[in-house]
This record gives sequence, C-alpha cells and structure tokens, in this order.
Amino acid sequence: MTAAIQIDSVEKSYKGFKALKGVSLNIEQGEFFGLLGPNGAGKTTLISTIAGLIRPDVGSVRIHGHDVVKDFRAARMKLGVVPQELVFDPFFTVRETLRLQSGYFGLKNNDPWIDEVMENLDLTPKADVNMRALSGGMKRRVLVAQALVHKPPVIVLDEPTAGVDVELRQTLWKFISRLNREGHTVVLTTHYLEEAQAMCQRVAMLKTGNVVALDTMSQLLRRVSGSSLVVHLKHGTLPDGLRHLVAHDEHAAGAANGNGGGNKYTLRVNEYGEVEGILARLRESGAEIDEMQLQQADLEDIFIQIMEGASQAGVPVR
Amino acid sequence: MNLFSVGFKTLFFKEILRFWKVATQTIAAPVVSAMLYLLIFGHVLDGRVEMLDGVSYTSFLVPGLVMMSVLQNAFANSSSSLIQSKITGNLVFILLPPLSHVEILAAYVAASIVRGLAVGLGVFIITAWFAHLSFAAPLWIVAFALLGAGILGTLGVIAGIWAEKFDQLAAFQNFLITPATFLAGVFYSIKKLPPFWLAVSHFNPFFYMIDGFRYGFFGQSDVSPWTSLAIVAVVFVVLATVAINLLRRGYKLRH
Repeated sequence: MTAAIQIDSVEKSYKGFKALKGVSLNIEQGEFFGLLGPNGAGKTTLISTIAGLIRPDVGSVRIHGHDVVKDFRAARMKLGVVPQELVFDPFFTVRETLRLQSGYFGLKNNDPWIDEVMENLDLTPKADVNMRALSGGMKRRVLVAQALVHKPPVIVLDEPTAGVDVELRQTLWKFISRLNREGHTVVLTTHYLEEAQAMCQRVAMLKTGNVVALDTMSQLLRRVSGSSLVVHLKHGTLPDGLRHLVAHDEHAAGAANGNGGGNKYTLRVNEYGEVEGILARLRESGAEIDEMQLQQADLEDIFIQIMEGASQAGVPVR
Repeated sequence: MNLFSVGFKTLFFKEILRFWKVATQTIAAPVVSAMLYLLIFGHVLDGRVEMLDGVSYTSFLVPGLVMMSVLQNAFANSSSSLIQSKITGNLVFILLPPLSHVEILAAYVAASIVRGLAVGLGVFIITAWFAHLSFAAPLWIVAFALLGAGILGTLGVIAGIWAEKFDQLAAFQNFLITPATFLAGVFYSIKKLPPFWLAVSHFNPFFYMIDGFRYGFFGQSDVSPWTSLAIVAVVFVVLATVAINLLRRGYKLRH
C-alpha cells in the first residue's frame, strides 16, 4: 500500500541555518503518528514542507504517492493541515469560513459535512458568529474544522491543543480518534507528551533537523528502563551495592548545591521483582525508609533520555 | 485552468464579499472623493479652459475621474487583500488548497475589476449630473475600463506579493500608482503640456488607459484608441506573466 506520507532525504536551510538535515520517514495509511521534538527541532518546517508551504532544498515529499511540488493539486486534496498559529479571516462568520474553505477544495453543496464537523467540534451555536468575536479556543476549533472540510485522508495537526482548555482537548481528541478509526491518517505534533503517548501508535523524534528516534510507542516505552523507584531514607545512606542503579541522586545534588538535598534517591528498576532485592539491601545496610514510590517510565522520560543521548552522541538513535 | 472551477469561483466570490462587507470604505468613500474633485476643479476651471474641441472642462473631467477611480480601486482591492492576508497569516487558507497559480491570479484580478467598475459606475452616476456627456463609442469605454482595471488588479497582486508590510504597499501606492494616474491626463489633455512632459507622458501606460477611455465618450483623444488598446493589452499580458511567474515560484509566499 502507498504510504500516506513519504518523506525522502528532505533538507531545508534558511540563510545558512539548516532547519532540516536530510529527514526521511514514511507514515503509513491509517496511522496515528506523533512528531515530537523540542522547540527549533524542525517539526513545523517539516509540516510546512509536507503542506507545500515550504519547498525543500533537497529531497521530496509525497502524499498518497503524489509529489507535493510536482503534483501539488492531487497531493493537497489528500491533506488537511491545522496550522500552529491562531489565524483567521476577520471578514467572515464561522459558516462562511467553512463554506469558502470547501470551495477552495472544489466542493459545492458541502453543508451536510460542514454541519457534522461543526457539531462534532461544538461549533454549531457559533455558526453565524463573526470570527473576530470568537474566543481563542473557538478559533482553534474553526481551524480544525477548516482542515477537515474536504474529508482529507491525511490530517496534520501542528500543536492543536496549545493553550486550549480541557473541554476542547477532549472534544478534539474524541473527534480525531473517530476519524482515525474510520481510516484517516493523523500526524500530530505536540509538546504535551502525555497526549502523544495516549494517542500515537508510532513516533518520530526530531532534534536540530535530524530524526533521532523513530519507533512504535510500545517499542519506545519498552526500550527505556521500565520503572523507577524513588526512596526517601529516614536514616542511613544508600549502600554502595545499589549505587549503579541510581538515576537521580538528590542527596548528592543537594550537597553540590550546598543546601543538603535530603536523602532521596531515584533508582532504575527493570522488573518489579528487583524491588524486593533493593529493599533487602537497604534493610541489611541499616537504612530506614521514610517514603517510597514506584513510578512507571513514560514518554517524557524516554523523550529526555533520547534528547540527551542525541546531544551526547550527535548521531541519530534508532 | 478551468475558469469555471469551483476553486476559482469561490476565491472570486470571497474577494467580492470581502470588499462588499466594508462597502462604505471600499465603494462609497472613493465615490465621494471623486465627486469632490469634480466640484472643486469643475467649479474653478469650467468655462476657463477647453481641453477637447467643443467639450466643457467638467464634461472632460468626468471620464478622467471615473477611470482614475476604476484604476486606483482595482489596485487597492487585490493589493490590500493580499497584504492583509499575509500579515495576519490567513493567506495560508489560500495556499493550502489545490488552487492553481492562474486560478489565484484570475480570482484576485476579476474581483479587482468588479470593485473598480463598481466604484467607476458610482462615480459616473454621481458626476454625470454635473456634466453633459455623450457616448461616441461605448465599446471603447467598456474595453478600456475592463483592461485598465485588469492591469491595476494584476499590479495589485504583484505589489501584494512583494510587500512585506503596509508601509511598503503604501509606498507603492503613493509613489507609483497615484502619481502615474494623476499625471496620465485625468485633469488635462497632455497636448497642453510642454514638449518634454508631453514626450514623458507617452511612456506612462496609465495615459493610454485614460485617453482610450475618454475617446469612448467624446470620439476625440490625444492618440489613436487602437494604439492605446495595443499598448494597454501588451502591458496587461506582461504584468499577468510576471504575476503568474511570481505565484508559480512562490515568491515571498512559499519559502
């Protein structure tokens, strides 16, 4: 099956600054794909390249097999993009905005679908309100609706929940999940990693224009040490035999900062069975536990590890 | 390109709707300005100067003011729409859909023509009360009004693409469009100018638009309407080619 999005060796520079350094990846049809990375990683540049708003210096992007430059009409018909910036046309109402956007995609008499999209995004009561009169959250909903008016098989959401309330997030994810279940490919960029972990089946992480990780969510979560045990000792110190497990030593960090730091240690735990052994070693050393917490590793831990790893190695982590 | 495509028609309709929603500013205001020109210049100069044989100054002035309004408003429509969309960021709604370069240009220019003609018609209806006008060759009136508005609409697209801020667009309008229009024979016949400025006027394409348009009313002009038509048509083709090329390259639109 043709890839929903095929990105081949895309490079892009701005006045000497290389925003994308040979990015290649395929996003399959029907996937819920996450594009993650810190600010300046190249996520928006990559999305703009996919959308045809930026032309790559080198490489190519295809949407359902259609080149976004050479065969732009077919490619753009397959793509709906929710831009990151809260942009709107102040001359029109919500319904006018959506009718116009339908028309640009060559669709006449699209009101039944426009009504359905507005209903699903709780926009119906605002249908005849001018865009200027809408709150930021409502404007964000209209942006999402505009991207969906032509029922694109590929939907790209560039930080769609930035600065919006919980209600919109829930409404949005419910609707987008439904579209994904119906076969639409969804590409999401977000700084809310818990959202990405909950929604995305596969993830690419970008850093300084490179793909530094590309894997399924389950593989990524499995790749990094499973859990961490946080222990706060009332008496005693961590025995030497457990030092190799320390992920974060607040005692040492506090001492280095000159503020004591308490007696708190975060230990890496690969399997739950290891917890008993750690507790036994602590008892043997005479240490007394004040508080203890077992934390499951999440995407944020992985994100931090991969970004730090990429910084140290300077090469992609795959 | 299919000029009857839904995409073209929608963008054209959107551009019409955009200026119609603020018609006081986009239609009524330029009509009032043109009427003031007529009242002031007509009152001061009528009976004192005669630009064309047997034509009063006020009658001479009306077609010039109509055409000046057509040209300036056609330019204002496409240029202001584009620069506003660029600065506010909503141009992305035009750039993301599968609209071709020709469809985009045609829609902006066609809407500019409509606004130019709407203002021109308004100016004509108001000012015609103050003058005795004839219609010696109505087809020339239509041809030059359409081509003139088309040229300025296209120039507006080029300026809107080129400008990155309102200041740059204002400079384009104030230092190029307005002087070129005023010095094109709106208020006078270039035959009344000294030889040097008469020669300079022949390099101003706006002169041919206004002169050809005026020929349609009085059957008299400074140069043959056929010469004017040929020059105006060439200018239109050149500017349209430049505009399509800019859109195709994505100049200042797609980075």
